[in-house]
Amino acid sequence: MDKSLVWIFFSALLINNFTLSYFLGLCPFFGVSGRIATALRLGLATIFVMVITSLCAWLLNTFVLPYAPYLRLISFIVVIASTVQFVEMAIKKLSPGLFRALGIFLPLITTNCAILGLALFQTSKGYGLLAGLVYAVGAGAGFTLALVLMAGLREEAELAKVPAIIRGTALNLIIAGLLSLAFMGFAGLFSSSA
Amino acid sequence: MSAKGHDSGDAAPKGLVLRSGPHLASGMDTPTLMRDVIIALLPLVVAAGYHFGAPALLVLLTATVGSMLTEWLFRRGEGTLLDFSALLTGLILGLTLPPALPLWMALVGALAAVGLGKLAFGGLGFNLFNPALVGRAFLQAAFPTALTTWRPAGRPFFEIPASTFAPPLLSVRAPDALTTATPLSRMKFDHKATDLSSLMWGSVAGSLGETSGLLIIIGGLFLAARRAFDVRIPIAILLSVAALSGAFYLAGPDKYPDPLFMLSSGGLLFGAVYMATDPVTSPLAPRGAWIFGAGIGVLVVLIRLFGGLPEGVMYAILLMNAASPLIERVSQPRPFGRAREGKKDAAS
Repeated sequence: MDKSLVWIFFSALLINNFTLSYFLGLCPFFGVSGRIATALRLGLATIFVMVITSLCAWLLNTFVLPYAPYLRLISFIVVIASTVQFVEMAIKKLSPGLFRALGIFLPLITTNCAILGLALFQTSKGYGLLAGLVYAVGAGAGFTLALVLMAGLREEAELAKVPAIIRGTALNLIIAGLLSLAFMGFAGLFSSSA
Repeated sequence: MSAKGHDSGDAAPKGLVLRSGPHLASGMDTPTLMRDVIIALLPLVVAAGYHFGAPALLVLLTATVGSMLTEWLFRRGEGTLLDFSALLTGLILGLTLPPALPLWMALVGALAAVGLGKLAFGGLGFNLFNPALVGRAFLQAAFPTALTTWRPAGRPFFEIPASTFAPPLLSVRAPDALTTATPLSRMKFDHKATDLSSLMWGSVAGSLGETSGLLIIIGGLFLAARRAFDVRIPIAILLSVAALSGAFYLAGPDKYPDPLFMLSSGGLLFGAVYMATDPVTSPLAPRGAWIFGAGIGVLVVLIRLFGGLPEGVMYAILLMNAASPLIERVSQPRPFGRAREGKKDAAS
């Protein structure tokens, strides 16, 4: 039990990284990875939303959806949207600077497919409450890790004499691809011992 | 040694030359550095030919010519071919490939290495990842079987396996009976160790340049004596691998390989000396170099002992290349005369 929780965490963090292996949540991945500080904070906000979503998804799965399975998608989306609203209000109140820096990408966490993906994966893998929470923290931390690494690389690439034809999105896609290539090294990690 | 800096002022008055620092010239410029590394690699090329015969030399030639061709194709008339960097990238890429690799794949790897790994970022000095490793990882993702098919060492020199001249993009692979396992996969999947002397001499299966441990160590000492790289990085890699795998070995000697085997097998020595030390993709500050090397060591041990792959040096270096800007940021040395963080009052 203990060991499998560790495995769930590292699996979501590195091996099946939502961004670099499943290619989920790419809009904020490219949108907010321009600066390391902003990337880190968006990552933390995403972890928070993921944990709440995981908790609510477990509640829904346990108490509501057995009676009304057709409500799954719509109820998940409602939960995510309201969590994001809550985070938005909290950040606006606590850190107006960050609120401006995140801009449109904060409400866009709502439509971040990584979060809906988390709720759906958690359901299809049959994780319980604790496993689901660990999975959410791992997935969120993995998203944050990818985002911060990407931000660091992009800040470095800003100083480079990138050919005009590749500058911008094309270069970012190339960097993301190379990063994903590097993450392939984690394939199969801990699978024999878990 | 990177291409940054060194702009002579165009708008300065006549007779006055404005230059930005550094003002002390060490005599070590990019072509000299590249040439030193190439000299240190030549014994490995000879060893590859000795152990793996003509097909190995063909792979090396293809990768090197492919890299230079790519550089020439995208950078015609800029003279960047003459700084030897494309040649070096091709040589290192070739030395990380298996001996019987189809030549067209080596060419694709060279194209990916120089095109995607280097020129897309603006050329020498701007690449975020080690170009040779980008090419290698690209090939590993695209052709996993070919990249893990190992021809044994010590075959007749002129014996060319069918796979070498395999036509591109066709999957008709002639059955090649002459394959074997590398010491690392033998250890991982069969728990069989390989003795140290053959690991040092190089008569084991593996990528072209990674098998002769002794020659790599000699090349590394030569480069260290020439001050061609930051010795902290290879030292940190070797120390962290030794410490971590030593701890695992003490905890379970029958389950985990001993540290000496971990250090001398696979691409660890080659990666530590020739790839992790690339000054463009590793942190420059001393503290950063230690962190960078130790991170590579830890990742190598993790991937080798617990991962699905027998070897993880390539991925470990690529991952730390990715983390390098972040490491650089936290490891900036304190400028002389400036107060430590948290003690700002003392200075003012």
